[in-house]
Amino acid sequence: MPGPTLPKISFPKKSAARKSLAVIAAAAAVPLVLSGCTDNAKPSGSSASAGPIQVTSTTTECKISATSAASGNLSFAVKNDGTEVTEFYLLAEDGLRIVGEVENIGPGLTRNLVVTASPGKYTTACKPGMQGDGIRSAFQVTDSGTKSTVDADFQKLVDTGVQQYTAYVKDQTEQLVTGTKAFADAYATGDSAKARDLYASTRMHWERIEPVAESFGDLDPKLDAREADLEPGQTWTGWHRAEEDLFPPTGYTALSAAERQALAAQLVADTEELGKRTRTVELSADKLGNGAKELLDEVARGKVTGEEETWSHTDLWDFQANVDGARIAFENLKPALTQKDAALATSLDEKFAALQAELKKHSKGYGFVYYNELKPADVQQLAALVDALGEPLSKLTSAVVL
Amino acid sequence: MTGCPFNHEPEAPDGGSGPSAVGLAGAAAGSAGSAAGPASEPAKRGFSRRGLLSLAGIGGAGAVAGLAAGYLGHDAVAASAAPATAPSSVVPFYGERQAGIVTPAQDRLHMAAFDVTVEDRAAVIKLLKDWTAAAEAMTAGRTTGATGAVDGPYDAPPEDTGEALDLGAGNLTLTFGFGPSFFEKDGKARFGLEGRRPDALIDLPHFPGDALQPERTGGDLVVQACADDPQVAVHAIRNLARIGFGNVRVRWSQLGFGRTSSTSRAQATPRNLFGFKDGTANLKSEDTSLLDDHVWATAGTRPGEAWMSGGSYLVSRRIRMLIEIWDRTSLREQEGLIGRTKGAGAPLSGGEEFSVPDFGIKGRDGEPLIALDSHVRLAHADQNNGVKMLRRGYNYTDGSDGVGHLDAGLFFIAFVKDPRTHYVPMQMAMAKSDRLALEYLKHTGSGLFAVPPGFKPGGFIGDGLFT
Repeated sequence: MPGPTLPKISFPKKSAARKSLAVIAAAAAVPLVLSGCTDNAKPSGSSASAGPIQVTSTTTECKISATSAASGNLSFAVKNDGTEVTEFYLLAEDGLRIVGEVENIGPGLTRNLVVTASPGKYTTACKPGMQGDGIRSAFQVTDSGTKSTVDADFQKLVDTGVQQYTAYVKDQTEQLVTGTKAFADAYATGDSAKARDLYASTRMHWERIEPVAESFGDLDPKLDAREADLEPGQTWTGWHRAEEDLFPPTGYTALSAAERQALAAQLVADTEELGKRTRTVELSADKLGNGAKELLDEVARGKVTGEEETWSHTDLWDFQANVDGARIAFENLKPALTQKDAALATSLDEKFAALQAELKKHSKGYGFVYYNELKPADVQQLAALVDALGEPLSKLTSAVVL
Repeated sequence: MTGCPFNHEPEAPDGGSGPSAVGLAGAAAGSAGSAAGPASEPAKRGFSRRGLLSLAGIGGAGAVAGLAAGYLGHDAVAASAAPATAPSSVVPFYGERQAGIVTPAQDRLHMAAFDVTVEDRAAVIKLLKDWTAAAEAMTAGRTTGATGAVDGPYDAPPEDTGEALDLGAGNLTLTFGFGPSFFEKDGKARFGLEGRRPDALIDLPHFPGDALQPERTGGDLVVQACADDPQVAVHAIRNLARIGFGNVRVRWSQLGFGRTSSTSRAQATPRNLFGFKDGTANLKSEDTSLLDDHVWATAGTRPGEAWMSGGSYLVSRRIRMLIEIWDRTSLREQEGLIGRTKGAGAPLSGGEEFSVPDFGIKGRDGEPLIALDSHVRLAHADQNNGVKMLRRGYNYTDGSDGVGHLDAGLFFIAFVKDPRTHYVPMQMAMAKSDRLALEYLKHTGSGLFAVPPGFKPGGFIGDGLFT
């Protein structure tokens, strides 16, 4: 091996151009470095030293470039050379349990599947036309010597996390329905002060589960559209319609009592419909992970900029609620994530805490200061912490479902 | 017009007698590496050693700069030989159509909208004539004015601002258009143009999600400057603005650093800032009959709007991309939102980049492989009564937004026959349903302009409008 004084040269293996540069540089210095470089670049415990395992799916064949691989992360590049849509599965030895799958590969396209597999016997299957049992072969995963970090109870941990989050969504929805009724009642009966008081705190239940609520494409605009979101001729209903009426800008003409009552009734009806539909919503680990990421997106897009609550300026309530929802999803997945990527779990813990601490600085009474009371430096600090959290949070899904 | 990638056939009666038009067309066709420029141009931008050095500082912006950088390794002999070998790529200014529409999209954009600050018809005509002369000179690679950048009186500011000296024409095109507000102000016609506003030059409706900033929207006049070299494009806008002082003021201006569309089959499809190929299905200059159907305006229904016959309508939209959020999105989601693969740009229904998307093909759960709310589906002609547009947009970044994000996106430019049929319905559908638009895009600027047909030697910009 090269002596300790020699520089260690390591370049990302992915880039052929970068690697060749590294080789040239190493060769120019001391030939011995070359072997050191190659060793360093080699991923440990993976079969992927020669790139992904090539799978070619045709109408009648499922060609796989290897019949075995070493345990760890396996990478398959599945090319559809057939004429129909195809799928590829890595199944457990029983031929039933799905270890990993990649669906909906159009003719001519290639898609990657990355799975974590421990030593044992497996079955691969291409399914051209997405029907039947598929074209199957035996596949062996040999022991790479690197102990799998994944606990046998991993799936159980994931399932528990999903169940916990499902319960959370249910609870928030119920509180939203109850809170909306109280808000609508105050608003419809002309008790504007009470309605203003309930506005932000009630909306928090909505904001905590926003990605789930938004998955109902017809209800979301009815409940949460801002005026600029409307198309010409579209009737404006929902929270922000009431917001403008309760926190009126100068020159605004207030809604009549009848209009308020109609708006309140619609708000309650649409929220009850949301509650009904949420009861049958099916969640999964990727939905939790993506939902957490989307909640942070929501913060970055509308809350940190103060665009969500144009008139009430209660953006920080929404901000807190989005962060709550994202944190709960993360925490529900955390036992499973810790098995796969403990460092990511730790990093997310730290970044959630840092953002929460910053947000707490702007709390006031039961709520927060208004967005228009924040200084530009406050907003910049919050935005920086949202980005700091958003980047690792975007890796949560792939870390858990891989 | 064999071998000519441009669609600027000189008009039959006048084109033949316009020697510069024919000569320039020839030069443009065989441009790269050719020494052919305007044959006899007295005020042609000079080429000096000093200029060569400053060129290198610009840093590889286009073929001219690249060549110049190469010459720097050589001695003064090589440098002095440069004028003979530097490409002088000229796109003809005169022709049946304005240049900068079907011209193969150059890599750099500077677009500016102007408000006319006077209400005097004669002053506007004078301005348009002055702009015509300056545009003709600059697109030919010459300086503006009679004395250019360095040949005027020592005690007077130079007529031309000078930063494009030595850069060549760089395929500069200048495309001019008139906005709705050019014709009417406070409900009254301006410049004696009663009845001349084309019916197709509508006030664009509010599209869902629009976050238009007044200082980036509208304008009485527009100038699209496209070139291989950003400094050539900026120089053109700067000098037109200077000529206009007292009559017009810049309302907004936008730089674009990389084209996002191909307007010729000879060009590869570029990528937008989402990292996806953009404009794969764009109309191309070779599609002459489709251009007639979708890009070139007709004489309309009233005599007052016939001046637009053979012109086109330019739609500009400054579309901020929320790239930081986008970058945290999985490849699965990204491809699903676009409806194409990120690598090759093939439709998710299969095939290669230019394969026709199959919107009917379904995957597991019976959902179409190209999702109902995907960008490629909503933008496709099949979903929009068969209408197509010629897109000519550019990537942009304008510094940061103050909260640590790049103010970056797509400066969308499209040329269409009639925005009422060829833009508004599609944009309305996209603004409502396109998940990409809903979650990752924000329209912050907008413009619609009537782009008159091309100019003849001796004529001026929009002369048909004033006759």
